[in-house]
Amino acid sequence: MRILCCVKRVPAPGAKINVTADEQDVDAAHLGFTTSPHEECAVEGAVQLTEEHGGEVTVMTLGTSDAEEQLRYAVSVGAHHAVLVDAGDNTWDPQRTATALTAAIRDAEAAHGSDGTAEPFDLILFGNESADSGGFQVGVRVAHALGRPIVQGIKGIEIGDDTVTARREIDGGFEVYELPRPAVLGVKEGLNLPRYPTMKGRLASKKVEIGSVGATADAGGQARLRLHRPEEAVSETVILGTGPEAAAAVVDVLDELGVL
Amino acid sequence: MLLVIVEHDRGVLVEAAKEALTFGRALAATMGEDLEAALIGSDDVDLVAAAGEYGAETVHTCTHDLLVDYGPDAHGAVIAQMVEELEPAAVLACGSDRGNEFMAHAAARLDVPFVANCVAVTPGDSWSMTRVQWGGSLLEDVTLDAEVPLLTCGLHAVAAEAGEAGAGDAESFDVELDDTVTVTMVKDRVVLEAGVTLPTAPVVCGGGRGVGSADGFAPLEELAALLNGRVGCSRAVTNNGWRPHSDQVGQTGTRIAPEIYIASGISGAIQHWVGAMASKHILAINTDREANMVTKADWAVIGDLHEVIPAIIDEVKARRG
Repeated sequence: MRILCCVKRVPAPGAKINVTADEQDVDAAHLGFTTSPHEECAVEGAVQLTEEHGGEVTVMTLGTSDAEEQLRYAVSVGAHHAVLVDAGDNTWDPQRTATALTAAIRDAEAAHGSDGTAEPFDLILFGNESADSGGFQVGVRVAHALGRPIVQGIKGIEIGDDTVTARREIDGGFEVYELPRPAVLGVKEGLNLPRYPTMKGRLASKKVEIGSVGATADAGGQARLRLHRPEEAVSETVILGTGPEAAAAVVDVLDELGVL
Repeated sequence: MLLVIVEHDRGVLVEAAKEALTFGRALAATMGEDLEAALIGSDDVDLVAAAGEYGAETVHTCTHDLLVDYGPDAHGAVIAQMVEELEPAAVLACGSDRGNEFMAHAAARLDVPFVANCVAVTPGDSWSMTRVQWGGSLLEDVTLDAEVPLLTCGLHAVAAEAGEAGAGDAESFDVELDDTVTVTMVKDRVVLEAGVTLPTAPVVCGGGRGVGSADGFAPLEELAALLNGRVGCSRAVTNNGWRPHSDQVGQTGTRIAPEIYIASGISGAIQHWVGAMASKHILAINTDREANMVTKADWAVIGDLHEVIPAIIDEVKARRG
């Protein structure tokens, strides 16, 4: 079983997200970087599946060479191979990103095949949406371009003979989908609780050779003008009291709101 | 004509669909176009009537054997055909999980852009819009160059409001669907809990790192049960394994919109706040008067939640006799 995880490097936001002076990006001067949370669970899910069924996990990202940090992190928690799709900068729109990733996936599948026949990844995992730009579409576009089925919002994955069964959380329960492989899934945080790197994993992440491929794709129709912070609602907080003595005032509020 | 895809679940109108119709009515007026609606997989008269009440002149209903339950690819295929045959000036849906999913499928099929979670849209020769990033902690202004703009409006970007009613004439739309769309159709549904759920609860009792342990949630459970509410939690709590992820409120969890959110021992990191900000009222219980959650709340109690919540429980019981 060969599984591909497409991940994104994003700033790890603190209490507040600031924007750079030119309003084109998040000011990351005082922020670290991390893997977008849904995708961290995608990597963990892929590693767990290969631990159970055998096989290998490849992690791929489109971004700048800085994103090698996230690729190496994925290796430190169990991924086997890493590919950087070098975009040169971080301004790519969703259509352009999807086109470049599709080409890189086709190349990786062709390289793994033989006699001119590509061997597809059994499963490709995306995050449901990236934590920063939240476009909700790159995985769907890639799946369509590859001619494979995709379902989003997945919080449970089981591998069948030639299928993958996926669970999607809905209000008060879950839906079950059964897709033939090769398939693509957009997963959500909650799929699992990602592990921490082991010492062995850390060593592997230092040694792993990161494949780097160029990226060319035309810009899509959506272009950024600027980023800005929403107006913050200013709340005049009424302090109802201190400690358990405030209970009566709290219940007055509940009564007033009609929820008592 | 602006086409709004009216989301429903097996014939039950989704609340956010009313927001999309409200958002769409204003947008159609700005565009100088009629508002029309589409129902995929249903021709239910009540749904048609609801779309009419919200201003739709025509409601395109589309039923088919392959549309009996939700399937993202089937929905995308229907929308793509509607774009080609009805030639709308733009298509809008609500930015729910499904809305963003099926619009992405439609966009992929049509090979056109799709802008998710808009909060403001300026139509014109060149369209521009403001959309949500980071789950709502940042906004992005973008321009859009597209033959037909495909958009979703962010959840709670507007409050649902029936305005001037439209004619609401139902018109059947014939769709041709390939069997391949069944591959991504819901195969089964499992109901884990009936009744009030986290996204729909009128009261949510949320706990954060300050709760301290899985067992520490017992008083929150009791209070939530007393108030016909649900327990929610922050990401720190699920990362510690104290609560299941389905209880997580925030950017990567559930968006709540209760009458009151009682947030206990939650500092109010931005990722949590964006999941809670649609709450109509917020009451924070925290030892730190300067915590984000306290400064953003309508009311606060400064103190240890382990003492305050049992006292609230006692008071509720006492008043009810």
